[in-house]
Amino acid sequence: MSNTIKTMAIATAVTAAMASHATTATAQEKVKCYGVSLAGQNDCKAGAGTTCAGTSKVDYQGNAWTLVDKGTCTTMELPEMADGTERMGSLEELDRDLPQS
Amino acid sequence: MSRQGTFRSAILDPAQPVPPALLDGQGGPAGRRFSVYRNNVTASLIEALEQTFPVIRKLIGPQAFASVAGAYLRAHPPDSPVLSRYGAGFPDYLGQCEPLAHLGYLPDTARLERALVDSYHAADAAPVDPSIFAQTPPEDLPRLRLRLAPATRLLRSPWPIHGIWRFNTEEGAPQPPHQAQDVLVTRPDFDPLPRPLPTGGAEFLTAIATGLALGEAMDRAAETAPAFDLSPLLGLLLQDNAITDATLDEAP
Amino acid sequence: MLDQTPVNTLPHTPGVGYKPQHYSAIMADPGPVRWLEVHAENYMGDGGRPIAQLRHLAERFPVSVHGVGLSIGGEGRLDPDHLARLRHICDWLQPASFSEHLAWSSHDNAFLNDLLPLPYTDATLTRVCEHIDALQEAIARPMLLENPSSYLAYAESTWEETDFLAEIARRTGCGLLLDVNNVFISATNLGFSPQGYIDAFPLDRVGEIHLAGHDTDADDHGRPLLIDSHGREVDEPVWALLDHTLARSGPRPSLVEWDNDVPDWPTLAAEASRAAAALSKVPA
Repeated sequence: MSNTIKTMAIATAVTAAMASHATTATAQEKVKCYGVSLAGQNDCKAGAGTTCAGTSKVDYQGNAWTLVDKGTCTTMELPEMADGTERMGSLEELDRDLPQS
Repeated sequence: MSRQGTFRSAILDPAQPVPPALLDGQGGPAGRRFSVYRNNVTASLIEALEQTFPVIRKLIGPQAFASVAGAYLRAHPPDSPVLSRYGAGFPDYLGQCEPLAHLGYLPDTARLERALVDSYHAADAAPVDPSIFAQTPPEDLPRLRLRLAPATRLLRSPWPIHGIWRFNTEEGAPQPPHQAQDVLVTRPDFDPLPRPLPTGGAEFLTAIATGLALGEAMDRAAETAPAFDLSPLLGLLLQDNAITDATLDEAP
Repeated sequence: MLDQTPVNTLPHTPGVGYKPQHYSAIMADPGPVRWLEVHAENYMGDGGRPIAQLRHLAERFPVSVHGVGLSIGGEGRLDPDHLARLRHICDWLQPASFSEHLAWSSHDNAFLNDLLPLPYTDATLTRVCEHIDALQEAIARPMLLENPSSYLAYAESTWEETDFLAEIARRTGCGLLLDVNNVFISATNLGFSPQGYIDAFPLDRVGEIHLAGHDTDADDHGRPLLIDSHGREVDEPVWALLDHTLARSGPRPSLVEWDNDVPDWPTLAAEASRAAAALSKVPA
């Protein structure tokens, strides 16, 4: 891209971006919300929080683990991708092949 | 091994016996009482990972998630009491987990979830006064350097991770598109906002983040996307308070 | 020597453990609640909503900062990074109180996210006192140390828990946080009298009282094993134990904790009202 064309492209983009920013800024004049995320918004959570409490029952199951197919991965329609990884398929009941530290 | 070392090992490895000389307060051995601690540690750390990676949990289901999270926490317990940071290594771990290998998009989807939580807790920063752009003579604009807000994150993926994230967080969201997606995370006020980027957008933002000026960043974007249009991306960055500073280089 | 410096500036009224989902309700009408407690570790990000919200709450309410992750009873040295984070939150928030637990939670770079038990020996006493000295120096204020809930006991313990806490307070000048639910849990699980424990407790050092709900499981012999779950209403015997305590200690800042299965605000506020009623029966 020549420098002149680039300069023009940036100038045009800046003008357009400024115009759209001015519109949205006036349209969305809003009170700062310190509260929790509004439902229906992206509902981003804070991630893990602490507790100084225990878990109510001792239902500890040791190392036993299962991969039963109960998630939305089976309802997504993703075709083969360029890297060739298979996308769909059932999770199987497995108790092996866990990566070690 | 020290008393706490033995205790720690027995908590994280259920194959180990209950540590010695622990009592029930009435003269007998502690026995099952020790499991309260095993249970508290395991359940609370699985829950910590669930809260940071809800989409992964939804994708593979709660039981499978608890299994892989349990294995992860035993191999990689937190190294800090600040649990919102826990799970930085979880995306890689998912990628090494053979039973989940057929879900190739899991690690990048987990990276997006991790980035959203990081963005949520990132430092606040006042947005740039947009008038700097109007005040800069057009011929000087290519030499403008932008600083991005600390809460900004960029993710690149061969998978449609934004579409996958949306499909699993938004009621009635469409199926993920059949294309790779780069994702920009901004935080307009307090809630991180992930958006798919147009082709060239990631190259542009990477250049900006490494300190290149607008003109150089445009060149980088144009290498990938000759028709790259800066206008919508710049508008979005301004709208989301993602630019905190803009400074002009000295004239060459 | 007993140091009679006030260990905190919380009012002798009910407080609750703060949960973000209650933010709007608390700001609209706190009901009987006069102060709030937060877990230090939830406010250690660099910015964003949690810290903005806490700043905002602190303009309206006295705030108590309750640490849940320092591992004061840890065999190793205290995590200097975590000490610095605790100092930072105390610096910017200037809380009305700071408290932590008689427990350990980190060992060999692993944070286990539970309050794990300690043997009550001379060696533990020395180590805990060193750690409390270091913490009080770092945060430049006295702290309150909370009694644990116990599921088992160490064979090597040579101290009663009440004496152990009294000696720590005497050596370090720290105050104590008396969790009466923890007392009830430990007493049931280990087979001692909860009232006897309260009667032996150094109540003059108590700067705060905790109340919470617990769950019931069973040990290998089918005996009740109470679990400190903070996931339901405060149990009746624990309210009775609060009355027993307040009758001896006089009014104290009294906090209801509800950390799991967090209820709506009216349910939590009703628990705080009950604490207010208990406090009002006690002459100041």
